Amino acid sequence: MSAAVAVRGLEKSFGDLHVLRGVDLEVAPGTVFALLGSNGAGKTTLVRILSTLLRMDGGEVAVAGFDVATRGADVRRSISLTGQFAAVDEVLTGRENLVLVARLRHLPDPGRVADELLARFSLTEAGRRRAGTYSGGMRRRLDIAMSLIGSPAVVVLDEPTTGLDPEARLEVWDAIRGLAAGGTTVLLTTQHLDEAEQLADRIAILHEGRIIVDGTLAELQALLPPTRVERVEQPPALEDVFLAVIGSRRAAGDPTGQEAR
Amino acid sequence: MSITFVGDTVALTGRSLRHVTRSLDTVITTALMPIALLLLFVFVLGGAIRTGTDSYVAYLLPGILLITIATGVSYTAYRLFQDLQGGILERFRSMPIARSSVLWAHVLTSLVANVLSLVVVVAVGLLIGFRSSAGPLAWLAVLGILVLVTLALTWVAVIPGLTAKTVDGASAFSYPLILLPFISSAFVPTASMPGPVRWFAEHQPVTSIVNAIRDLLAVRPVGADLPVALLWCAGILVAAWAVATAVYRRRGA
Ligand SMILES: Nc1ncnc2c1ncn2[C@@H]1O[C@H](COP(=O)(O)OP(=O)(O)OP(=O)(O)O)[C@@H](O)[C@H]1O
Ligand SMILES: [Mg+2]
Repeated sequence: MSAAVAVRGLEKSFGDLHVLRGVDLEVAPGTVFALLGSNGAGKTTLVRILSTLLRMDGGEVAVAGFDVATRGADVRRSISLTGQFAAVDEVLTGRENLVLVARLRHLPDPGRVADELLARFSLTEAGRRRAGTYSGGMRRRLDIAMSLIGSPAVVVLDEPTTGLDPEARLEVWDAIRGLAAGGTTVLLTTQHLDEAEQLADRIAILHEGRIIVDGTLAELQALLPPTRVERVEQPPALEDVFLAVIGSRRAAGDPTGQEAR
Repeated sequence: MSITFVGDTVALTGRSLRHVTRSLDTVITTALMPIALLLLFVFVLGGAIRTGTDSYVAYLLPGILLITIATGVSYTAYRLFQDLQGGILERFRSMPIARSSVLWAHVLTSLVANVLSLVVVVAVGLLIGFRSSAGPLAWLAVLGILVLVTLALTWVAVIPGLTAKTVDGASAFSYPLILLPFISSAFVPTASMPGPVRWFAEHQPVTSIVNAIRDLLAVRPVGADLPVALLWCAGILVAAWAVATAVYRRRGA
């Protein structure tokens, strides 16, 4: 089966700034691929090229088998981008945002699609409120829900959990796992190593314009000498403490969480 | 024109109309300044202006309607700028929709919002004594001219909306548009102006548009002003549309 996303020799400059200098990567259909990179590495630039928002200078990029340079319309039908900054209409309610996207994707019953997604992202209550009144986490969830309408084959998420509190982050992670379970190809960019660890089948690191490593978590770990195993009593991680004191369903429903670490 | 273009434009127009109905104050503020000018000129300055007609309100109203449109279209630039800043425009662009529907939706929304503001201004005009014995056909022709002007100026407004760096920049383009009627036959007959000013006033679009509307409402035969006005509007419309569309396409792949 051909790759869901295939990038070969991708080059992109902004003036003198040579951001992408021959990027190669392949994402297999139905897998979760994490692209790691520090600030300014070019992650956003790469995903904007994938979703036809930006033109490349050189190389070949195909999404679901369609060349982004020549088959833009087909690419846009196959891919959906959740940008780094939530792009929702603040004047519309959450539900109206979803209905709008469903109509633009030409789906038969936009209202039902919207209601299902509101339920799935725990936004049913908030669905009647203007999106401008949402918290960052709610806005992000709405943003992701909007991207899933029409079941695109490839979902690209640009730093989907940046700026979210730990609980909202876990909710987004759940959504991504749900997508993967449903056979959607997911390409996500992140700066959080644990996020990649948790979610990705394959991880690549973008550095100085190139992919410097690309492999499974085990393959990446094998690059470093194994850490010595010691038996020490481990304090609970800050994240666990935080979730426990705010009474999150996660901490409550998973009392063995810290022993598993 | 494909089916998706129509469907997408309808969906997106519905969306931006909600922006208008949820801030109806924009319709009012659009009408406020023209109404203030109308009252100022009719009740304060108008007495000293010789127009050769018996009703200064009737003389003034067409120009005031143009000022209303010039004020109203700046909201299109503002809304487009907000869409761009908020990233929602990028979202639309990355979706499989007819690309030009995004701009057309803003233009159609501007049309609706401006017609509402125009209705408010005409209502105030009627309140302070404007009367016309023009028949339905003449009124329809006036509406047609105003719609054409709105379309042309809205496409002009799309350009700063897409290119401005700040909110203020996005709407500043409308100031010269609002001033243009002052150097035309809108407030005083051009015959009273000194040579070069008069020449400019008689050759800029506002004068022919205002004269055409004035004649239609006064049930006078419309002379060469009407075709000249229509040509101006069509010319501005096509030029602005071409530039706006090119700017929109250039902003991405
Ligand atoms: N439109 C643009 N014009 C000029 N320079 C740009 C443009 N877009 C991005 N850049 C530059 O390209 C480089 C890569 O930016 P990009 O946004 O792709 O990085 P990133 O990996 O997404 O970073 P972050 O983690 O901060 O989001 C940066 O130095 C940025 O300043
Ligand atoms: Mg980025």
